[in-house]
Amino acid sequence: MKRGLLWLPFMAFALLFGVVAYGLRSPADRQIHSKMVGKDLPAFSLPAIIKTKPGLDSALFKQGKPRLLNVFASWCIPCIAEAPQLMRLKAMGVPIDAIAIRDTGPAIQGFLSRNGDPYERIGDDKISQVQMSLGSSGVPETFVIDGQGKIVLQQIGEIREEDIPAVLAALQGKK
Amino acid sequence: MRTRGHGPRNKSGVTAVAVLGLILATPLYADSGLPPAALANTQLRDPVLESKAQALMETLRCVVCQGQSIADSDADLAGDMRAMVRQRIAAGESPASIRRWMIERYGEYVSYDPPLSAVTAPLWIAPILLLAIGGWLARGSFKRRRRS
Repeated sequence: MKRGLLWLPFMAFALLFGVVAYGLRSPADRQIHSKMVGKDLPAFSLPAIIKTKPGLDSALFKQGKPRLLNVFASWCIPCIAEAPQLMRLKAMGVPIDAIAIRDTGPAIQGFLSRNGDPYERIGDDKISQVQMSLGSSGVPETFVIDGQGKIVLQQIGEIREEDIPAVLAALQGKK
Repeated sequence: MRTRGHGPRNKSGVTAVAVLGLILATPLYADSGLPPAALANTQLRDPVLESKAQALMETLRCVVCQGQSIADSDADLAGDMRAMVRQRIAAGESPASIRRWMIERYGEYVSYDPPLSAVTAPLWIAPILLLAIGGWLARGSFKRRRRS
Protein backbone atom coordinates (compact mmCIF):
# COMPACT_ATOMS: atom_id res chain seq x y z
CA MET A 1 0.00 0.00 0.00
CA LYS A 2 2.69 2.49 1.06
CA ARG A 3 4.83 1.44 -1.89
CA GLY A 4 2.01 2.05 -4.34
CA LEU A 5 1.46 5.51 -2.88
CA LEU A 6 5.10 6.35 -3.53
CA TRP A 7 4.43 6.11 -7.25
CA LEU A 8 1.39 8.36 -7.09
CA PRO A 9 3.18 11.71 -7.64
CA PHE A 10 5.07 10.24 -10.56
CA MET A 11 1.87 8.91 -12.08
CA ALA A 12 0.27 12.33 -11.66
CA PHE A 13 3.26 13.92 -13.37
CA ALA A 14 3.13 11.40 -16.21
CA LEU A 15 -0.57 12.09 -16.67
CA LEU A 16 0.01 15.86 -16.75
CA PHE A 17 2.91 15.39 -19.16
CA GLY A 18 0.67 13.33 -21.41
CA VAL A 19 -2.05 15.97 -21.40
CA VAL A 20 0.42 18.74 -22.24
CA ALA A 21 2.13 16.68 -24.95
CA TYR A 22 -1.25 15.91 -26.50
CA GLY A 23 -2.16 19.61 -26.39
CA LEU A 24 1.09 20.52 -28.13
CA ARG A 25 0.55 18.03 -30.91
CA SER A 26 -3.03 18.99 -31.65
CA PRO A 27 -3.40 22.76 -31.42
CA ALA A 28 -6.81 24.05 -30.37
CA ASP A 29 -9.35 25.02 -33.01
CA ARG A 30 -9.57 28.81 -32.70
CA GLN A 31 -12.41 29.12 -35.17
CA ILE A 32 -15.78 29.98 -33.75
CA HIS A 33 -18.32 27.75 -35.41
CA SER A 34 -21.78 29.18 -35.65
CA LYS A 35 -24.38 27.36 -33.60
CA MET A 36 -26.94 28.41 -36.18
CA VAL A 37 -25.88 25.67 -38.59
CA GLY A 38 -28.83 23.26 -38.83
CA LYS A 39 -31.25 25.95 -37.73
CA ASP A 40 -33.44 28.37 -39.65
CA LEU A 41 -31.89 31.48 -41.08
CA PRO A 42 -32.86 34.33 -38.73
CA ALA A 43 -35.31 36.79 -40.24
CA PHE A 44 -33.76 40.01 -41.52
CA SER A 45 -34.25 42.67 -44.11
CA LEU A 46 -31.29 44.75 -45.22
CA PRO A 47 -31.38 47.79 -47.51
CA ALA A 48 -29.38 47.96 -50.72
CA ILE A 49 -25.82 49.26 -50.47
CA ILE A 50 -25.36 50.09 -54.17
CA LYS A 51 -27.95 51.48 -56.55
CA THR A 52 -27.60 48.80 -59.19
CA LYS A 53 -28.47 45.88 -56.91
CA PRO A 54 -31.38 45.19 -54.56
CA GLY A 55 -30.98 44.72 -50.81
CA LEU A 56 -31.44 41.39 -49.11
CA ASP A 57 -34.43 39.87 -47.35
CA SER A 58 -34.34 36.53 -45.55
CA ALA A 59 -37.62 35.51 -47.23
CA LEU A 60 -35.65 35.02 -50.45
CA PHE A 61 -34.00 31.93 -48.99
CA LYS A 62 -37.29 30.06 -48.55
CA GLN A 63 -38.21 29.93 -52.21
CA GLY A 64 -37.17 26.34 -52.78
CA LYS A 65 -33.73 26.77 -54.32
CA PRO A 66 -30.52 26.51 -52.26
CA ARG A 67 -28.42 29.68 -52.25
CA LEU A 68 -25.10 30.93 -50.96
CA LEU A 69 -25.02 33.76 -48.44
CA ASN A 70 -21.60 35.41 -48.49
CA VAL A 71 -20.59 37.69 -45.61
CA PHE A 72 -17.90 40.03 -46.94
CA ALA A 73 -16.48 43.54 -46.95
CA SER A 74 -14.52 45.73 -49.33
CA TRP A 75 -11.88 46.27 -46.60
CA CYS A 76 -11.34 42.55 -46.15
CA ILE A 77 -8.19 41.18 -47.76
CA PRO A 78 -9.07 37.43 -47.84
CA CYS A 79 -12.31 38.44 -49.61
CA ILE A 80 -10.17 39.42 -52.61
CA ALA A 81 -8.58 35.96 -52.58
CA GLU A 82 -12.04 34.42 -52.43
CA ALA A 83 -13.51 36.42 -55.33
CA PRO A 84 -12.33 34.11 -58.16
CA GLN A 85 -13.86 31.08 -56.44
CA LEU A 86 -17.19 32.86 -56.04
CA MET A 87 -17.05 33.78 -59.73
CA ARG A 88 -16.48 30.11 -60.49
CA LEU A 89 -19.50 29.11 -58.42
CA LYS A 90 -21.56 31.77 -60.17
CA ALA A 91 -20.49 30.36 -63.55
CA MET A 92 -21.72 26.95 -62.36
CA GLY A 93 -25.14 28.52 -61.86
CA VAL A 94 -25.06 28.88 -58.07
CA PRO A 95 -27.08 31.88 -56.91
CA ILE A 96 -25.01 34.01 -54.53
CA ASP A 97 -26.20 36.85 -52.31
CA ALA A 98 -24.13 38.89 -49.93
CA ILE A 99 -24.14 40.88 -46.75
CA ALA A 100 -21.65 43.75 -46.76
CA ILE A 101 -20.26 44.38 -43.28
CA ARG A 102 -19.46 47.97 -42.17
CA ASP A 103 -19.14 49.22 -45.69
CA THR A 104 -20.08 52.04 -48.05
CA GLY A 105 -21.58 52.06 -51.56
CA PRO A 106 -18.57 53.53 -53.37
CA ALA A 107 -16.17 51.13 -51.63
CA ILE A 108 -18.32 48.14 -52.61
CA GLN A 109 -18.60 49.43 -56.17
CA GLY A 110 -14.82 49.67 -56.36
CA PHE A 111 -14.35 46.21 -54.88
CA LEU A 112 -16.76 44.64 -57.39
CA SER A 113 -15.17 46.37 -60.38
CA ARG A 114 -11.70 45.23 -59.25
CA ASN A 115 -12.50 41.66 -58.23
CA GLY A 116 -15.61 40.72 -60.21
CA ASP A 117 -19.24 40.67 -59.20
CA PRO A 118 -20.75 37.27 -58.35
CA TYR A 119 -23.71 38.68 -56.39
CA GLU A 120 -27.41 38.89 -57.17
CA ARG A 121 -28.19 41.01 -54.14
CA ILE A 122 -26.16 42.80 -51.50
CA GLY A 123 -27.57 43.82 -48.12
CA ASP A 124 -26.06 46.67 -46.16
CA ASP A 125 -25.13 45.68 -42.57
CA LYS A 126 -23.40 48.77 -41.20
CA ILE A 127 -23.41 47.70 -37.54
CA SER A 128 -22.89 43.94 -38.04
CA GLN A 129 -26.33 43.20 -36.62
CA VAL A 130 -27.29 40.49 -39.10
CA GLN A 131 -23.76 39.11 -38.98
CA MET A 132 -24.17 38.58 -35.23
CA SER A 133 -27.58 36.99 -35.66
CA LEU A 134 -25.90 34.45 -37.96
CA GLY A 135 -23.25 33.64 -35.36
CA SER A 136 -20.59 34.86 -37.78
CA SER A 137 -17.42 36.25 -36.26
CA GLY A 138 -15.53 37.70 -39.19
CA VAL A 139 -15.22 38.22 -42.92
CA PRO A 140 -15.33 36.40 -45.19
CA GLU A 141 -17.75 33.71 -44.17
CA THR A 142 -20.19 31.88 -46.38
CA PHE A 143 -23.39 30.12 -45.44
CA VAL A 144 -25.18 27.55 -47.57
CA ILE A 145 -28.94 27.92 -47.14
CA ASP A 146 -31.22 25.15 -48.41
CA GLY A 147 -34.40 26.06 -50.26
CA GLN A 148 -36.45 25.96 -47.05
CA GLY A 149 -34.39 28.64 -45.29
CA LYS A 150 -32.28 26.28 -43.19
CA ILE A 151 -28.55 26.91 -42.75
CA VAL A 152 -26.73 23.74 -43.82
CA LEU A 153 -23.08 24.82 -43.95
CA GLN A 154 -20.83 27.55 -42.62
CA GLN A 155 -17.54 28.17 -44.37
CA ILE A 156 -15.23 30.18 -42.10
CA GLY A 157 -12.64 32.20 -43.98
CA GLU A 158 -12.29 32.45 -47.72
CA ILE A 159 -13.59 29.71 -50.01
CA ARG A 160 -10.55 28.13 -51.64
CA GLU A 161 -10.42 25.86 -54.60
CA GLU A 162 -10.35 22.80 -52.35
CA ASP A 163 -13.49 23.95 -50.51
CA ILE A 164 -15.65 24.05 -53.64
CA PRO A 165 -16.66 20.34 -53.59
CA ALA A 166 -17.93 20.62 -50.00
CA VAL A 167 -19.89 23.75 -50.86
CA LEU A 168 -21.42 22.08 -53.93
CA ALA A 169 -22.29 18.96 -51.92
CA ALA A 170 -24.04 21.11 -49.30
CA LEU A 171 -25.92 22.95 -52.04
CA GLN A 172 -27.12 19.61 -53.41
CA GLY A 173 -28.28 18.55 -49.97
CA LYS A 174 -25.65 15.83 -49.62
CA LYS A 175 -24.48 17.03 -46.24
CA MET B 1 36.91 50.89 -47.18
CA ARG B 2 34.65 49.25 -49.65
CA THR B 3 33.61 46.46 -47.38
CA ARG B 4 33.07 48.91 -44.52
CA GLY B 5 30.87 50.99 -46.74
CA HIS B 6 29.08 47.92 -47.84
CA GLY B 7 28.02 46.93 -44.37
CA PRO B 8 25.80 49.86 -43.53
CA ARG B 9 24.39 50.08 -47.03
CA ASN B 10 23.48 46.47 -46.89
CA LYS B 11 21.95 46.96 -43.45
CA SER B 12 19.86 49.91 -44.60
CA GLY B 13 18.77 47.82 -47.54
CA VAL B 14 17.59 45.11 -45.17
CA THR B 15 15.85 47.73 -43.02
CA ALA B 16 14.14 49.19 -46.07
CA VAL B 17 12.87 45.76 -47.07
CA ALA B 18 11.71 45.12 -43.50
CA VAL B 19 9.90 48.47 -43.32
CA LEU B 20 8.34 47.91 -46.73
CA GLY B 21 7.25 44.46 -45.56
CA LEU B 22 5.62 45.95 -42.48
CA ILE B 23 3.80 48.53 -44.57
CA LEU B 24 2.57 45.95 -47.06
CA ALA B 25 1.66 43.37 -44.43
CA THR B 26 -2.01 43.67 -43.75
CA PRO B 27 -3.67 41.87 -40.87
CA LEU B 28 -6.01 39.08 -41.90
CA TYR B 29 -8.99 40.77 -40.28
CA ALA B 30 -8.38 44.40 -41.06
CA ASP B 31 -10.73 46.93 -39.52
CA SER B 32 -13.27 48.80 -41.58
CA GLY B 33 -13.01 52.53 -42.11
CA LEU B 34 -16.52 53.12 -40.79
CA PRO B 35 -17.03 55.01 -37.50
CA PRO B 36 -18.16 52.92 -34.51
CA ALA B 37 -21.87 52.25 -34.03
CA ALA B 38 -23.84 54.87 -32.09
CA LEU B 39 -23.78 53.14 -28.70
CA ALA B 40 -20.45 51.32 -29.04
CA ASN B 41 -18.51 53.88 -27.00
CA THR B 42 -21.30 56.01 -25.57
CA GLN B 43 -22.82 55.21 -22.20
CA LEU B 44 -26.55 55.00 -21.71
CA ARG B 45 -28.07 58.06 -20.00
CA ASP B 46 -29.67 56.01 -17.26
CA PRO B 47 -26.86 54.94 -14.88
CA VAL B 48 -28.80 51.91 -13.68
CA LEU B 49 -29.24 50.59 -17.22
CA GLU B 50 -25.63 51.46 -18.10
CA SER B 51 -24.27 49.51 -15.12
CA LYS B 52 -26.42 46.56 -16.15
CA ALA B 53 -25.08 46.76 -19.70
CA GLN B 54 -21.51 47.19 -18.46
CA ALA B 55 -21.75 44.12 -16.23
CA LEU B 56 -23.00 42.06 -19.16
CA MET B 57 -20.37 43.39 -21.58
CA GLU B 58 -17.62 42.42 -19.17
CA THR B 59 -18.77 38.80 -19.24
CA LEU B 60 -19.24 38.45 -23.00
CA ARG B 61 -16.22 37.31 -24.95
CA CYS B 62 -15.05 39.19 -28.00
CA VAL B 63 -15.16 36.72 -30.89
CA VAL B 64 -12.41 38.52 -32.80
CA CYS B 65 -9.71 38.99 -30.15
CA GLN B 66 -10.58 35.97 -28.15
CA GLY B 67 -8.82 36.74 -24.87
CA GLN B 68 -10.82 39.88 -24.17
CA SER B 69 -14.33 40.76 -23.15
CA ILE B 70 -16.29 42.98 -25.52
CA ALA B 71 -15.98 45.73 -22.89
CA ASP B 72 -12.17 45.65 -23.28
CA SER B 73 -11.82 45.08 -27.00
CA ASP B 74 -11.25 47.67 -29.72
CA ALA B 75 -12.34 45.32 -32.51
CA ASP B 76 -15.12 46.57 -34.77
CA LEU B 77 -17.32 43.59 -34.04
CA ALA B 78 -16.87 44.07 -30.28
CA GLY B 79 -17.99 47.69 -30.70
CA ASP B 80 -21.04 46.55 -32.63
CA MET B 81 -21.77 43.99 -29.90
CA ARG B 82 -21.55 46.69 -27.22
CA ALA B 83 -23.94 48.83 -29.25
CA MET B 84 -26.35 45.91 -29.50
CA VAL B 85 -26.13 45.15 -25.76
CA ARG B 86 -26.79 48.79 -24.80
CA GLN B 87 -29.61 49.11 -27.31
CA ARG B 88 -31.38 46.01 -26.07
CA ILE B 89 -30.85 46.84 -22.38
CA ALA B 90 -32.28 50.31 -23.06
CA ALA B 91 -35.25 48.66 -24.76
CA GLY B 92 -35.93 46.76 -21.54
CA GLU B 93 -34.48 43.36 -22.37
CA SER B 94 -32.88 41.46 -19.49
CA PRO B 95 -29.12 40.74 -19.50
CA ALA B 96 -29.85 37.02 -19.11
CA SER B 97 -31.94 37.01 -22.26
CA ILE B 98 -29.25 38.85 -24.26
CA ARG B 99 -26.64 36.38 -23.01
CA ARG B 100 -28.90 33.51 -24.08
CA TRP B 101 -29.26 35.10 -27.53
CA MET B 102 -25.47 35.32 -27.89
CA ILE B 103 -24.94 31.72 -26.69
CA GLU B 104 -27.57 30.55 -29.20
CA ARG B 105 -25.42 32.05 -31.97
CA TYR B 106 -21.82 31.61 -30.86
CA GLY B 107 -22.09 28.81 -28.31
CA GLU B 108 -21.23 28.86 -24.61
CA TYR B 109 -17.79 29.96 -25.69
CA VAL B 110 -19.03 33.54 -25.96
CA SER B 111 -19.95 33.74 -22.27
CA TYR B 112 -17.39 34.31 -19.51
CA ASP B 113 -19.94 33.05 -17.01
CA PRO B 114 -19.98 29.30 -17.65
CA PRO B 115 -22.92 27.42 -16.16
CA LEU B 116 -22.45 24.13 -14.30
CA SER B 117 -22.77 21.42 -16.94
CA ALA B 118 -21.21 18.07 -17.78
CA VAL B 119 -18.37 19.86 -19.59
CA THR B 120 -17.64 22.46 -16.91
CA ALA B 121 -18.21 20.14 -13.93
CA PRO B 122 -14.47 19.37 -13.49
CA LEU B 123 -13.82 23.10 -13.09
CA TRP B 124 -16.25 23.27 -10.19
CA ILE B 125 -15.53 19.90 -8.61
CA ALA B 126 -11.72 19.75 -8.96
CA PRO B 127 -10.96 22.41 -6.29
CA ILE B 128 -13.24 20.69 -3.77
CA LEU B 129 -11.69 17.33 -4.60
CA LEU B 130 -8.15 18.70 -4.27
CA LEU B 131 -8.99 20.30 -0.91
CA ALA B 132 -10.37 16.98 0.32
CA ILE B 133 -7.22 15.15 -0.79
CA GLY B 134 -5.08 17.81 0.88
CA GLY B 135 -7.06 17.47 4.11
CA TRP B 136 -6.69 13.71 4.03
CA LEU B 137 -2.91 13.96 3.47
CA ALA B 138 -2.55 16.52 6.26
CA ARG B 139 -4.52 14.36 8.65
CA GLY B 140 -2.20 11.45 7.90
CA SER B 141 0.96 13.40 8.64
CA PHE B 142 -0.44 14.92 11.86
CA LYS B 143 -1.29 11.44 13.13
CA ARG B 144 2.22 10.20 12.45
CA ARG B 145 3.78 13.09 14.36
CA ARG B 146 1.62 12.43 17.44
CA ARG B 147 2.73 8.80 17.53
CA SER B 148 6.45 9.61 17.60
